[in-house]
Amino acid sequence: MSAFSAIGEHAEHDRNEYTPGVEPQPTWCPGCGDFGVLKALKGAAAELGLSPEEMLVCTGIGCSGKLNSYFDSYGFHTIHGRSLPIARAAKLANPGLTVIAAGGDGDGYGIGGNHFMHSARENHDITYIVFNNEIFGLTKGQTSPTSPKGHKSKTQPHGSAKDPIRPLSMSLNAGASYIARTAAVNPNQAKDIIVEAVEHDGFSHIDFLTQCPTWNKDAKQYVPYIDVNESEDYEFDNTNRSEASEMMFETENVLNEGTVLTGRYYVDDRPSYQQEKRQIGEIPEEPLAERYFDDSYEWERVYDTFLDKHK
Amino acid sequence: MTDDELIWRIAGGSGDGIASTSQNFAKALMRAGLHVFTHRHYPSRIRGGHTYTEVRVSADPVKSRGDGYNFLLALGDSFARNPQENAYYGNEEVKPLSENLDELAEGGVIVYDSGLLDTDDIPDFDERVEENGWHVYDIDLRTIAREHGREVMRNTAGVAVTCAIAGIEPQVIKSLMEDTMSEKVFEPNMSVFDDAYDTVREEFDADAPDVSVPEGEHDEEQVLISGSDAIAYGALDEGCRFIAGYPMTPWTEVFTIMSQNLPEVGGISEQVEDEIAAAALAVGASHAGVKAMSGSSGGGFALMSEPLGLAEMTETPVVLVEAMRAGPSTGMPTKPEQADLEHVLYTSQGDSHRVVFAPSDAEEAYKQTRRAFQIAYEYQIPAIVLYDQKNGGELRNVPASVFDEEPNPDIGSVITEAELEDAPHDPSGKYNRFQHEGENGVSPRSVPGQKGGRYLATGNEHMPAGHISEDPDNRINQVNRRMEKMEAIRADLDNDEDTNTHYGPEDAEFGILTFGSQQGTVEEAVDRLNDRDHSVKMLGVSEMAPYPVEEVTEFVQSVDEVLVIEMNASAQFRGLTQKELGRFGEKLSSLLKYNGNPFEPDEIVDGFVTSIVEDGTLPGHETKFVPAASD
Repeated sequence: MSAFSAIGEHAEHDRNEYTPGVEPQPTWCPGCGDFGVLKALKGAAAELGLSPEEMLVCTGIGCSGKLNSYFDSYGFHTIHGRSLPIARAAKLANPGLTVIAAGGDGDGYGIGGNHFMHSARENHDITYIVFNNEIFGLTKGQTSPTSPKGHKSKTQPHGSAKDPIRPLSMSLNAGASYIARTAAVNPNQAKDIIVEAVEHDGFSHIDFLTQCPTWNKDAKQYVPYIDVNESEDYEFDNTNRSEASEMMFETENVLNEGTVLTGRYYVDDRPSYQQEKRQIGEIPEEPLAERYFDDSYEWERVYDTFLDKHK
Repeated sequence: MTDDELIWRIAGGSGDGIASTSQNFAKALMRAGLHVFTHRHYPSRIRGGHTYTEVRVSADPVKSRGDGYNFLLALGDSFARNPQENAYYGNEEVKPLSENLDELAEGGVIVYDSGLLDTDDIPDFDERVEENGWHVYDIDLRTIAREHGREVMRNTAGVAVTCAIAGIEPQVIKSLMEDTMSEKVFEPNMSVFDDAYDTVREEFDADAPDVSVPEGEHDEEQVLISGSDAIAYGALDEGCRFIAGYPMTPWTEVFTIMSQNLPEVGGISEQVEDEIAAAALAVGASHAGVKAMSGSSGGGFALMSEPLGLAEMTETPVVLVEAMRAGPSTGMPTKPEQADLEHVLYTSQGDSHRVVFAPSDAEEAYKQTRRAFQIAYEYQIPAIVLYDQKNGGELRNVPASVFDEEPNPDIGSVITEAELEDAPHDPSGKYNRFQHEGENGVSPRSVPGQKGGRYLATGNEHMPAGHISEDPDNRINQVNRRMEKMEAIRADLDNDEDTNTHYGPEDAEFGILTFGSQQGTVEEAVDRLNDRDHSVKMLGVSEMAPYPVEEVTEFVQSVDEVLVIEMNASAQFRGLTQKELGRFGEKLSSLLKYNGNPFEPDEIVDGFVTSIVEDGTLPGHETKFVPAASD
């Protein structure tokens, strides 16, 4: 019998179940794109039939890091840039959990960039939502890794001399097996993409454009958006790596020119890290976390198992 | 070094199999009933460079590398660089011989591979041999090896020569080689062994030196074990089934042992992108209900500061190990030092509250690693095992019965789903996982996936259900509860006999205080001092945090003066002791060593006699005396 009976209940869940019954109410600014992520995530969780208690939402630091304050599930609000290693380990420890990591563009593409690259490479079976508002919001408007070249801020008074990160291309090169971009202004597409990302067996990366009405004055820049999978103007096969790469490159090029392209950019069915590791016998068949609650499990003794080679 | 013991030094180049040959030699003699202790000296380099391992062999228990040595087996360095005389790092080719002469005892033995080494390259070699009464055996080990097998088998030839001179029964070595080698390799090695053995017995005066291996017998079965082995085994017996790490010398040993053993017991090892990730993964796995660990050495541990603080704030149990090496920065990667004590005690922002153990040897490492897990999971607090390149890497014989213990997979203060039904929740249905009240400061945790247990873990200050809050009253309650754990743990440890070690006559006049890896060496020094009519006892402290204030206070009060022995330049352990005790500044002086080599017993004896008894000045600069505040 499982010690974690919230896992795999397959009950019906209403989207309101993921709203905490009391405070805290979101402290995001009016018009903030983060509301869009919260709404889409609640919709997706309900559609997936997930119990709040079989979900672990790990966040970083920043406005985005407050997601799990306003989304009612198990939550781990970690430290700046480190949501991914915590999320990865939780999934390895208990694969039955639905593990979602989330953070901002500075959190994921800046300070946590190394974790992003390696989590994608290893293809952990988790979903990573990056709130991309092209700015450091909570610290009051500094230039971020995705801010456009020339972006002026208090810390970049003469305009940034740096080209922005290309999040989608970086993700593809690192090895993510599901890559999408959506925008807060497009809640239905966002919800559908989160559902697909969670269902995807491997590392799913969603670059989620979230306008910052306070510090990024071009808050309306993510409207109108175009879905590259549906628009007739764009033709590409998102299971073909080269075509996906070209589409991403184009998408990143035009964003700061005012054209907001979104959609599913890359889907790869290569085995997840969990599958690969099980294949070589380095991950147990039963969830490791269950073992500590299983009174009948016979724990190995060092004395019997490993000591002979020292004699 | 006493008359009836062998301290055998095998020297060569990195990559020449020095470590494995010496390990087999030590194990063979352990099986023959002797006590063995090894000391490794090696460079941060894959191939080539001066390296040696000492094996001390005695009929009686040995606790340190001893002083100097009496038998040198100098093999060539196959990968020596810079053979020019004026090269910055000197002539590496002759280093297996030239670098080892200073510490060789009078009347000692030199066996060198004349196929690779030429004594003409060593200044004043013949004069020094004459002066010190050394017995020199120049044997072409390389040619013997080539004749019967391959050149690498010259190590076997060297061991055979050692047996012939030191009177070790060949079968002692041969039977171990048979166990560890495939038949294909074993056969030519036997021919090499026999040829080399016979050559010495027939063509040289093998019995001339007064160096021999004594007879010995063990009361019970022994195992040859390192501190790194013992830490890994302690973790495994506590049900640790998850490790995350990044390679760094010397911590890599624990990581490697765990990684090789975990799959066999259905555990998971993760080699990850950096040490920030490594510690964060351990925290994540523990949060999700698994007993987990990580670790590193100085620089890598520095990267773990933030996840360590997160574990404190979120009250996530985790065990980290820190294998010290000489710092600062990259320092001397393969040399021991005890200078990361303050680093592990205080790193990470805010009021730190963590448990730190510094075991002295393999047996303590096993027991204290187990204690670290028990405390971490019971009290929901990070626990650190602090050791170093010395006690991590040295091999010694330990009774197998030390490990004849039951596993303890208890996950600690975790609430069950059944208990959650009646547990306090906030109005939104979140479990109050961080209640203001808790026995010994502990509020039971739930685990993701449990029904009725959801909460928010956060590095921000938080309310009982985890919601972020800066409310002053809540803040005081949460801080007080978290800090309360330290006092409860201190009380727990006061009853623990496996941590701090008292040694020597209880009514002694003087005291020596030490911590971690130097303890065994200090014990030998204490024996020698008392043999010479000094009155000295030792307290070896393993509890770095919480610090055993009462026990150390009593010790310091019971003697006239205390010498604090540690391997660093800033007297960190003495500083900690004074801070915790809040007095005795006038009673505590220091003997320090930080040249990359651990203390030898006679250095402590000399340091004590010169500085404490005679109030004199230490000759040389190998060790440094720092007087007490009153002097």
